[in-house]
Amino acid sequence: MYTQGLLHAKDDDRAAPEPADRLARFQARIDAEEKIEPNDWMPEAYRRTLVRMISQHAHSEIVGMLPEGNWLTRAPSLRRKAALLAKVQDEGGHGLYLYAAAETLGVSREELMEQLLLGKAKYSSIFNYPTLSWADIGAIGWLVDGAAIMNQIPLCRCSYGPYARAMIRICKEESFHQRQGFEIMLTLARGTSEQKAMAQDALDRWWWPSLMMFGPSDTQSQHSDASLRWKIKRFSNDELRQKFVDATVPQGRFLGLAFPDADLRYDEAAGHWRFGAIDWAEFRAVLAGNGPCNRQRLAQRSAADERGRWVRAAATAHAEKRRARAAE
Amino acid sequence: MALLFDYALRQADSALILGHRLSEWIGHAPLLEEELALGNIALDLIGEARALYAHAGTVEGKGRDEDALAYRRDAGAFRNLLLVEQPNGDFAVTIIRQLLYSAFAHPFWRALGQSRDATLAAIAAKAEKEAAYHLRHAGEWLIRLGDGTAESHRRAQAALDELWPYSGELFETDAVELALIAEGVAVDPATLRPEWERTVAAVLAEATLAAPAGEWMQSGGRSGRHSEHLGHLLATMQFLQRAYPGAVW
Ligand SMILES: [Fe+2]
Ligand SMILES: [Fe+2]
Repeated sequence: MYTQGLLHAKDDDRAAPEPADRLARFQARIDAEEKIEPNDWMPEAYRRTLVRMISQHAHSEIVGMLPEGNWLTRAPSLRRKAALLAKVQDEGGHGLYLYAAAETLGVSREELMEQLLLGKAKYSSIFNYPTLSWADIGAIGWLVDGAAIMNQIPLCRCSYGPYARAMIRICKEESFHQRQGFEIMLTLARGTSEQKAMAQDALDRWWWPSLMMFGPSDTQSQHSDASLRWKIKRFSNDELRQKFVDATVPQGRFLGLAFPDADLRYDEAAGHWRFGAIDWAEFRAVLAGNGPCNRQRLAQRSAADERGRWVRAAATAHAEKRRARAAE
Repeated sequence: MALLFDYALRQADSALILGHRLSEWIGHAPLLEEELALGNIALDLIGEARALYAHAGTVEGKGRDEDALAYRRDAGAFRNLLLVEQPNGDFAVTIIRQLLYSAFAHPFWRALGQSRDATLAAIAAKAEKEAAYHLRHAGEWLIRLGDGTAESHRRAQAALDELWPYSGELFETDAVELALIAEGVAVDPATLRPEWERTVAAVLAEATLAAPAGEWMQSGGRSGRHSEHLGHLLATMQFLQRAYPGAVW
């Protein structure tokens, strides 16, 4: 999901051993569904896993503003323009809460931003795909926010209090975004033949990358076990992916659009939609920095950061002057 | 009614074009908080534009809705101020543009709240509160920029010098406005000038910036004689409506 880069994260758990009785007490609290708060003792690996998850999630919100921002100046009606502007702003707000949640674990927003700009931090692979038509704005809301919700609803029960609380706030907005995206798709699907073709093309391009958002298959993921035991995550990547497919396929059929998967079929006995093989080579390529827009997204964030440097310097200098004057 | 249509359209066009310009910052702002603040202001302005277009369309009575007015008129039919169509430039240009506009918009909407046209008065009452925030935001930033570093001071002064000649148009009146002023529907912008001057002067003083001495003022927005920038803005904004005529989005 937004934290799918866990695949590549390197753990170094060989630091000072942690006392077994503390670890046991910690696990007991988790098992009793108690929330862990910033000042509570926690294993170093738990803290690090959370920092990685939350920061990747925050970066995804911020980088995620860019593909949709690409259509802000071209939204086809004033109502759509206002709604898209509000959505992109919500994503920025999510980034802010999440950086604040990460700060409770002792890493500053500046440090995290720096890692992002240096290309050292991961964010969701989905945002490295281009938005080529207006229908992509519909597809992102419907599929990308839809996939985000699948992942994030269980995170509202995450064992780490600040993350769980941030997620509750965020989930409400994400489900609004998902409905809004679906409504754009519906309008296009019921529109002219050109609009319907635009909607189909968007589904063709966004479907598989949306499935990749849930991260590597359970057989590949290194981190799921500990994350599940600590109740950071509640479901495995594959479980969440299946839930998403089951929820989304009927919606796509309602739209009258075709999924770009010849193997997609309903398994009556299991009550699930079975889907074809995911192209994991593409997923790895995008995570490794070779998606269609990886460089462009980072370049845009870096350029904004660079261009804003003198503004931030001015704000700091002015605040200094004020403090100095107040002290006189 | 043609006068009222024209008057509502002027305000709507200025609000939309400025809102559009601010939306161009999203993804490029100097800090995350500003992505949100500029987005908020853009949303307020686009909201004002929508209410004003709806009113203009009703008054006109030809079935043109907000999108017909925003997306299917060419540059020569737009009636916005030249100031608001000027490109974003660096952050200082954007902030100066906002300050010059909002220092006018705030007392303008307050006065228009007394309009004998009830719809305009209602739109104005909401817009006044929004403009108060926009003005505070721009003023606080300009003070930081003017009284920040040497570089930010230089940029802020350059931005002020560049946009100052577009401030005269705020106070222009023409036959349309004079007729509506006489009826108690429109606001006489000349009456707002002293407050605008006081507001701007106070911010500039705190920002350690100097108002340019030049007297020359650009003009033309109200009659559809725009700068070269508006055509490009509209080409982007109106693209889908133009490329797929008749489609519903
Ligand atoms: Fe979000
Ligand atoms: Fe969202």
